[in-house]
Amino acid sequence: MPTFEYAPAPESRAVVDLQSSYGLFINGEFVDGSGTGFKSISPATEEVLAEVSEATDADVDAAVRAARTAYTRVWSRMSGTDRGKYLYRIARILQERAREFAVLESLDNGKPIKESRDIDIPLAAAHFFYNAGWADKLEYASLGTNPRPHGVVGQIIPWNFPMLMLAWKIAPALATGNTVVLKPAETTPLTALLFAEVCQQADLPPGVVNIVTGAGPTGQAIVDHAGIDKLAFTGSTGVGKMIARAISGTRKKATLELGGKAANIVFDDAPIDQAVEGIVNGIFFNQGHVCCAGSRLLVQESIASEVESRLKRRLGTLRVGDPLDKNTDVGAINSRAQLDRIVALTDAGEGEGATRWDNGCELPSKGFWFRPTVFTGVTQTHRIAQEEIFGPVLSVLTFRTPQEAVAKANNTPYGLSAGIWTEKGSRILWMADQLKAGVVWANTFNQFDPTSPFGGYKESGYGREGGRHGLEPYVKTGA
Amino acid sequence: MSTSTDLPVAAATDATARARDLLGVTRLTNQALTRWLHGLPGVDQVGCEARAAGLGTRSIKTTSKQWAIDLAISMIDLTTLEGADTKGRVRGLAAKALLPDPSDLSTPRPAAVCVYGDMVETAKAALGDSGVKVAAVATAFPSGRASMAVKLADTKDAVKAGADEIDMVIDRGAFLSGDYLTVFNQIAAVKQVCGDARLKVIMETGELVTYDNVRRASWLSMLAGGDFIKTSTGKIQPAATLPVTLIMLEAVRDWRDLTNRQVGVKPAGGIKTSKDAIKFLVTVSEIAGEDWLDNHWFRFGASSLLNDLLLQRQRMSTGAYSGGSYIADDSPSTAY
Repeated sequence: MPTFEYAPAPESRAVVDLQSSYGLFINGEFVDGSGTGFKSISPATEEVLAEVSEATDADVDAAVRAARTAYTRVWSRMSGTDRGKYLYRIARILQERAREFAVLESLDNGKPIKESRDIDIPLAAAHFFYNAGWADKLEYASLGTNPRPHGVVGQIIPWNFPMLMLAWKIAPALATGNTVVLKPAETTPLTALLFAEVCQQADLPPGVVNIVTGAGPTGQAIVDHAGIDKLAFTGSTGVGKMIARAISGTRKKATLELGGKAANIVFDDAPIDQAVEGIVNGIFFNQGHVCCAGSRLLVQESIASEVESRLKRRLGTLRVGDPLDKNTDVGAINSRAQLDRIVALTDAGEGEGATRWDNGCELPSKGFWFRPTVFTGVTQTHRIAQEEIFGPVLSVLTFRTPQEAVAKANNTPYGLSAGIWTEKGSRILWMADQLKAGVVWANTFNQFDPTSPFGGYKESGYGREGGRHGLEPYVKTGA
Repeated sequence: MSTSTDLPVAAATDATARARDLLGVTRLTNQALTRWLHGLPGVDQVGCEARAAGLGTRSIKTTSKQWAIDLAISMIDLTTLEGADTKGRVRGLAAKALLPDPSDLSTPRPAAVCVYGDMVETAKAALGDSGVKVAAVATAFPSGRASMAVKLADTKDAVKAGADEIDMVIDRGAFLSGDYLTVFNQIAAVKQVCGDARLKVIMETGELVTYDNVRRASWLSMLAGGDFIKTSTGKIQPAATLPVTLIMLEAVRDWRDLTNRQVGVKPAGGIKTSKDAIKFLVTVSEIAGEDWLDNHWFRFGASSLLNDLLLQRQRMSTGAYSGGSYIADDSPSTAY
């Protein structure tokens, strides 16, 4: 019997020129941080990629001051047309250097190169292009009368889509005339630092974008700094709540994009083969490190066993391994801490009585890895149906009627996204109306576009990013 | 709904009995067939095309590329289906099948030579017992617009002349008007007269247009006894696209799960480059599985594809691109 063995097809690392250490990007220049430096590693091999500075309170203060100066002296006085020119320039440079960014993103984050190459980086550039177009048209964006910037924006982004989240945050902030202090996640700071080079290359006025690296305390310093006018955070619900508490009673505004436990709902009249693809894309895309991942599969009882067997067969063809190999479908778990959390929750799933299955693929000996895993026989009270696992783990639940599907889908403190699979258009509309989720996909999943707003209900946060709606949090309006 | 066909009742007895059994009905009516075919899960066009595009991004390099090129060569039905075909041209094609690359005798041979019925004898004589099969198009190819008697005579004629495989066309008019029973009966009747020859059922997917139709036609063809389901005649555009082939591969996979019977797949028309061929093989491997990675179960209907595969094969063995002048061909393309 012949076997189609795919020979290794690694993307070359040569395109990335990594420095051994990186400083903080403040006022248009790289400066040493005063904290204890830390290492950024490749989660696929645990190889040290670079040393990164830690920003202390004093460093954050310097960054906020630089941003304030840039705001009052340059950026707030510049016409929207000219701000747009800078954003277009950044977008074009991102496209020109796309391969470099994609390789570095896969190295630092562990995600497959096919995703960073085809999704993360092109979408990041697209967000800059999209927001560049709004920069001189804000009065016509239906934001309210006299839209104007807040001033200095503090932005804290997660490790799952480092460049894409940076673009979601920085592009609308700059388009609306704010200046930025951004902190990338401590496990994935490198593409943000490469972006700092892009800001230099684009001749962006110093201080308009400042990038400070570090962990929780650095983020805390941004949140607490009196010179910050607005905060934008993407990350866990726990940290989001801390931020909300910290800024209550202050004049600071915030948008929070937090966790999710999305239901992907498959009806018996669904296009089954495409639904299976949608389920796979929903939970195994980016190793399941996706806040809007379809981590709960709600499947109509009459087709549950068929969907289950088709899904398992499909998972047998998923290729898990070297993130830089062009044929890799599922890469490495981003960090040991995240792997530990996934292991703990899946152990709990087994302990609570759900049936565990994984695709049995070989895993590399070094680095952080987890096999694509499916739990069947899951009920709403299991922790794996309630808590965000943020890994390649799917919980399968069943339902009998559309009403039951809605009730179960909404029976979660989260409300970021949901998916509906049915050939019946009227049911799609009815379901979309009932589901308490910021994004509802019909017969597809995990589709993103700069023109489309994104954000959550309930504990998944507040505020919208992307589209015209994504400009709103970055402006104040009225007299 | 009743339909009239001018078939002898006995012709399709076996297939009909099998179909009744599978559908769980006492009488195989058009209504029963319609219910069954329309009960198949739908195909979401966007999702299907996205899946095919995703498979198309697989990067096949070095040893796996070498392996895939040889496999693809061995899966070709080397085809000439022109009004201007002559015995000389068919002999030239047969010679090419026997010795695809005179500069490298390790080159595998294509699976078959595919010709019109009147050329079967010539092809058979040229190919002898080489193992390269002779496939004949029949049943008033390519339109299929002839009486059943003519279609059966066309088939018998080719089989009698020694054809190992028969490539028939379905009545797309009947299919599109919802007369599935006629399509079923015709396939079953042709299968009956094929004897030992394997039957490929050409659905002409470019005329069926929707993926739902492709899925239904695939299941109908398999139910009626087709040994292969084939996309196209090559005379209609679009011909063999990757998404259509993907739907057909899902169909043969699911059909085997249901019946334990394996059916082959043949995309034909429009596959011209090695890169394209490899995308199809990736799709075969990841959708239907490795059991189909064999020229008994998967074929490419093509004419110019072989030369590009040979060019790539030479490139991989010598490390340099040659060019059309180094690909011996009895009817060289002017494109080189």
